[in-house]
Amino acid sequence: MPVLELRDVTKVFPGVVANDKVSFTLEEREIVALLGENGAGKSTLMNIVYGLLSADHGEILVDGEPVKIRSSRQAIDLGIGMVHQHFMLIEPLTVTENIVLGREPGRFGVIDIGTARKRVAEISERYGLRIDPDARISDLEVGLQQRVEILKALYQGARVLILDEPTAVLTPQEVRELFAVVRSLVDEGLSVVFITHKLEEVMAVADRIVVMRDGAVVGQTRPSETDEVGLARMMVGRDVVLRIDKKPVACGETVLEVRELVVKSDRGLDAVGGVSFQVCGGEVVAVAGVGGNGQTELVEAIVGLRKPVSGSIALKGNDITHASARSSIEVGVSHVPEDRHRRGLILQFNIAENLLLGDHRVAPYARHGVIKLREVISMARKRIEDYDIRTPSEKVLGSSLSGGNQQKVVIARELGRNPELLVAAQPTRGLDVGAIEFVHRQVLAEREAGKAVLLISLELEEVLSLADRILVMYEGRIVKEFAADEADAETLGFYMTGGGGTKLEATPPEASPAGAGVGE
Amino acid sequence: MSESRQVVPAQRAWMTLVLKAGTPLVSAILAMGVGSLIMWVSGYDPAAAFAALFKGSFGGPKQFGETILRATPLILAGLAVGYGFRAGLFNIGAEGQLMMGGLLAAWLGVEMAGLPSAVTVPVLLIGSALAGAAWAFIPAILKARIGAHEVITTMMFSHIARFLVQWLVNGPIKAPGQTPQTAPLGLSGQLPRIPTLFSESTLEALPFLGLGRAHTGILVALLAAVAVWLVLKYTTLGYENRAVGYSPWASETAGISVQWTTVKALCISGALAGLAGAVEVMGVHHRVFDQFSAGVGFTGIAVALLAKNHPLGIIAAAMLFGALQAGSGTMQLEAGVPQKIILIIQALVIFFVAAEQIVMWFIRKRQKEAISGAE
Repeated sequence: MPVLELRDVTKVFPGVVANDKVSFTLEEREIVALLGENGAGKSTLMNIVYGLLSADHGEILVDGEPVKIRSSRQAIDLGIGMVHQHFMLIEPLTVTENIVLGREPGRFGVIDIGTARKRVAEISERYGLRIDPDARISDLEVGLQQRVEILKALYQGARVLILDEPTAVLTPQEVRELFAVVRSLVDEGLSVVFITHKLEEVMAVADRIVVMRDGAVVGQTRPSETDEVGLARMMVGRDVVLRIDKKPVACGETVLEVRELVVKSDRGLDAVGGVSFQVCGGEVVAVAGVGGNGQTELVEAIVGLRKPVSGSIALKGNDITHASARSSIEVGVSHVPEDRHRRGLILQFNIAENLLLGDHRVAPYARHGVIKLREVISMARKRIEDYDIRTPSEKVLGSSLSGGNQQKVVIARELGRNPELLVAAQPTRGLDVGAIEFVHRQVLAEREAGKAVLLISLELEEVLSLADRILVMYEGRIVKEFAADEADAETLGFYMTGGGGTKLEATPPEASPAGAGVGE
Repeated sequence: MSESRQVVPAQRAWMTLVLKAGTPLVSAILAMGVGSLIMWVSGYDPAAAFAALFKGSFGGPKQFGETILRATPLILAGLAVGYGFRAGLFNIGAEGQLMMGGLLAAWLGVEMAGLPSAVTVPVLLIGSALAGAAWAFIPAILKARIGAHEVITTMMFSHIARFLVQWLVNGPIKAPGQTPQTAPLGLSGQLPRIPTLFSESTLEALPFLGLGRAHTGILVALLAAVAVWLVLKYTTLGYENRAVGYSPWASETAGISVQWTTVKALCISGALAGLAGAVEVMGVHHRVFDQFSAGVGFTGIAVALLAKNHPLGIIAAAMLFGALQAGSGTMQLEAGVPQKIILIIQALVIFFVAAEQIVMWFIRKRQKEAISGAE
């Protein structure tokens, strides 16, 4: 008997059928991957199971019994736990306080924090989820915060655990740890629903794969019966090229030249510690590295958002070390920011207004401080056409677009400006395969047009498929450089995680007895 | 993602319009409903009260003139606060900038008494706007340079302005006599009442022009509203103002200087508040005395909130608040309901606008019912 079964679940939002007669089963001790593009209805379906949304039609059965789930409290009582993509933790509180929140042991309104800590320790021991119960959430890395969310669900007695895009925020290392955790949970008797749109994860972790498209289940399979190409086809409904062939392009003149660049982070540390490299026309140079090794600061320095401490940056021989973001745009640097929602777009602006950002002062879009709406709208319509932005009109708000379409808007704007240099920071983060293919084609088109591209990515697959040269960044330095055909994922991973010697001179592993045994 | 799942655009446009005007309208209606309830519980007759209120504000040209008179500074103060909000700034100290604008008009109006109106009126208006902008400039610089929060700084500057006016009218610029107030403006600096622009015979033929105390400051206010609307919609200045208000990070990335935009936005906000002070002094009081501003700057916050910072909506919201103030006297006189109930209704409007979520919930519930009914 399945622990969880959905029969013909339908959910309609105004104007959109989010779930169309979806049936779904989850057996005991099974890991089912729920795969689909952004907006396919995966999260909606699981939010119905967790009681955050109510289905318009259909049945939910837990252990074969039909149930009505009207709130997450009821779902928890039925043994269903969910970890959301955006964590729901209270940052200033400790791990223990967060885990027991809502079900605190104690009496007369006084929390028995000793018992609470003990119970948290027990659960963390049993499932092999090591954590410091007294650490503050705000001090924990993202991977550990996620672990707290999982512990919280276990503390509440979850037998079914729903993980909504759990890897979106994790580094490759943390992803591997998460997979190990998921397997140990299943060994302990849990059943797991794993929502994702990443093919390689599905292949690595799932027992069974349920594919959704446009609100309906379009197929089921097992990792042993398919491959990534087959999954992509099911998910998107057409053939998808996962790795695009590159045409050979001769390296032109040097477009970007960075010399001995030192950049400080917000906390005043040397985030970039003396980096030098060049990018020439017709070349894609990728900076590979685990997130937080100085890539963000490097990008911000190049595009004029952060003042370098020392060193120099030149574009086609002209010094732009101290250029503002505005003059950086004006001399031909385009920037696809890593944080689409924060820096890439203004969600409350419509598509036309978003496409205008950065060009809003210059002809033909503005003259003498007056914006030429007619020019803007015809530009917007052309970009929507050229970059295949799926929208009924240019007046649709940025917030109403899917992630893939939002990124298309950013790319349309940045490439539409016809830049000398494209700085693309994690341009495919959170996108589904169809949109990733689009972005990759655009990047390679820039390269073929003789433009310089600096790509910053955490995805090794992306780096290997697009780059002509790969720079591995670790702790603010470039620790290794590869030509594209010399590198493979193994070697890159080795250098990205501090292999190759730089770490050894800093701290030998035995050197810190005081810190040992606390938390991780 | 396929076409079939897109919302029909026409339907969306219609819904946006309803949602745009819907919440303020529903808020205003809810506020009057709860206000009625309070009157009824307190033993008054809400129907009679609202009838009298309506009579006192829209009952005839003279009453309507009184509504316009009250609405005039509220439009400008609402624009001041609203323009700041559109840049993500809460200019809670519009009252102070308004006082400085009024003060400058009162001083210049006396000094320029002998000059023709065509010179005096524009100079007074521009001077007041500059005075308001100057009063906002220091908080603006503090915000841009060291991140000092404008709610605190503009509020403090508002207190400074208030005590400055109090001190000035009690000493340095006090007019001879008992009352602590300045000397009246020369005629050239006064904004004429609308009925005085027409001859007796015209007024007899067109009685609706007999708008009582309403003065030509309303033209200044309406022009300012249209100007702000055009600036926000059609200029680089307005575009950057909105961009920074929505997302300083995305603006910065697009090469917009967040600091400079902040400074410009607060100064423009201050200028509009200064104009509000000017029309009160030039059109109504003709002088400055302690607390001449009467909280108009603060009511401006309510006006902007109700209008959701839309310049043309601000005209409507200011007319509503103006009508409440204008009609409250008649309400007290004829229905025996204390004037202060108006303050409660004003507060309720703000409460419901702020509690937009509740109102949205009502609207969504109705939509939901409509949708499930359609199936």
